[in-house]
Amino acid sequence: MRALVIDDSRAIRLILGQVMKKLGFEVVDAGDGQEALNKLKSDGPFDIALVDWNMPVMNGYDFVVNTRKDSQYNDMRLMMVTTETEMAQVVKALEAGANEYVMKPFTKEMIAEKLTLLGLSPE
Amino acid sequence: MALNPGDFEYISKIVREQSAIVLEKGKEYLVEARLTPLATSENFKSIADLAQQMKRDVGGKLIAKVVEAMTTNETSFFRDIHPFEVLKNTIIPELIQKRESQKKLSIWCGASSSGQEPYTLAMLLTENFPQLKNWKIDFIASDISTEMQKRCQEGVYSQLEINRGLPAMLMVKYFQRNGAQWQIKPELRQMIDFRILNLSGRWPLMPKFDLVMMRNVLIYFDVPTKKEILRKVRENLYPDGYVFLGAAETTLNLDDKYERMNFKQSGCYRIKDCL
Ligand SMILES: C[S@@+](CC[C@H](N)C(=O)[O-])C[C@H]1O[C@@H](n2cnc3c(N)ncnc32)[C@H](O)[C@@H]1O
Repeated sequence: MRALVIDDSRAIRLILGQVMKKLGFEVVDAGDGQEALNKLKSDGPFDIALVDWNMPVMNGYDFVVNTRKDSQYNDMRLMMVTTETEMAQVVKALEAGANEYVMKPFTKEMIAEKLTLLGLSPE
Repeated sequence: MALNPGDFEYISKIVREQSAIVLEKGKEYLVEARLTPLATSENFKSIADLAQQMKRDVGGKLIAKVVEAMTTNETSFFRDIHPFEVLKNTIIPELIQKRESQKKLSIWCGASSSGQEPYTLAMLLTENFPQLKNWKIDFIASDISTEMQKRCQEGVYSQLEINRGLPAMLMVKYFQRNGAQWQIKPELRQMIDFRILNLSGRWPLMPKFDLVMMRNVLIYFDVPTKKEILRKVRENLYPDGYVFLGAAETTLNLDDKYERMNFKQSGCYRIKDCL
C-alpha cells in the first residue's frame, strides 16, 4: 500500500512517514497542497493521503477540495492530520470529502486504528 | 517507591480476594508503578506504609482505591473493529428479527471501563437500526471501579481518547465539544444504565440478556474464576443470545457449553445446541 504524507513541517513528515512505513506503507511526502497535487500526478496512485490543514501555498482543505473534484482519485482515502480541533472544522473537512480526521498530537496506535476504519488494515 | 516481598504478597492477596485479579510473581514492577502515585496522593511515605494502613482499613475505602489502581482500564472506541462489524452485519439484525414480536432487547457490557465499549454499541444501534427507537432496550454497563462508573456516566473524553478508533463522522454526530474535552450527547448517555459490579463477587439480580460483552477482563483472572464467570454469564443469557470475549480470550478448556461462532476474529460465542 502507498501513502502520501502532506505536511509543511519536515519533522512531522519524518515522524508520520516513519509511522506509516512501520504500518507497512510505501511513503512519498509533500510540503504543501500544491506539491501534493503534483505528486499525485507524478508518483501516484496512492491508497491514502494524510493531510495537514495549515500549510503555505495551498492548505490541506483546498487540497481535499481539489482532489475530490477529480474522479480518478475517488478511491484514494483522505485523512486530515491536523491541530485544528473545532467541531466545525471537522465537519467542514468531512463535507469536502475527507474520509477521516486525526487531531494532533497523534500516536502510532491512533493512526493504525483510523487506517483500520478506512479498510486499510495494517499487518 | 520500592516494594518489599512481604508487602507484594500481602497486596496481591488482597487484590485477588477483592477483584480476582491475579498478580503473579514478576508483577512487582506493576504494583510499584500503580501504587506509587496512590501512596503519594494519600500521603504515605512508602508503599510499605500504605500496606500497613490497608491492614487497618476497616471500611475498605483504601483497599478499594488500591484495587482500582491495580485494574487496567485500557480501552478504545470500536476496539478491534471486527466484533462491531459482526454485530452490525449479523448479530443485531438477527436479534431484531427474533425479538420482533416483543420489541425488547437486553444488553450487558460486563467490564465497561471508561465507557468506550458501551458507547460504541449505543452509537452502532442508533446509527444503523433506527427501528429500535420504538423498542424497549435494557442496556446495562458495569465495572468494578467507582471511578470508571463515574466516567461512564459523564461520558467525557480527552482529545487522545476521542481520536482512538472513533470514526470522525460519528464524533461530529454524537459528541459535543467542551474546551479540550468531548462529551457524548445526553440521548446516548440516557440509553445506558451504568452500575458498579464485581464480576468475582455475588451478582445482583439481572434481567436475561440477548447480548453480553465480556471483553478483555477474563484475562486478569485465574482459571476457576474464569470458569465461574463464564457459567454465570451463560445462566444470565437467553438460550439464543450471544457473548463477545476479547481477542485474547476463549471459552476453550473453560466451559464446553459454549461454541465459537465462525466469524473471523470477532470473539463471538453462543450456547451449544441453542436451536
Ligand atoms: C482492559 S478494560 C476492558 C474494557 C473494555 N471491555 C474493552 O474491551 O475495551 C478491563 C476492565 O475490567 C475491570 N475489572 C477488573 N476486574 C474486575 C472485576 N472483578 N469485576 C468487574 N470489572 C473488573 C477494570 O476496572 C477495567 O475497567
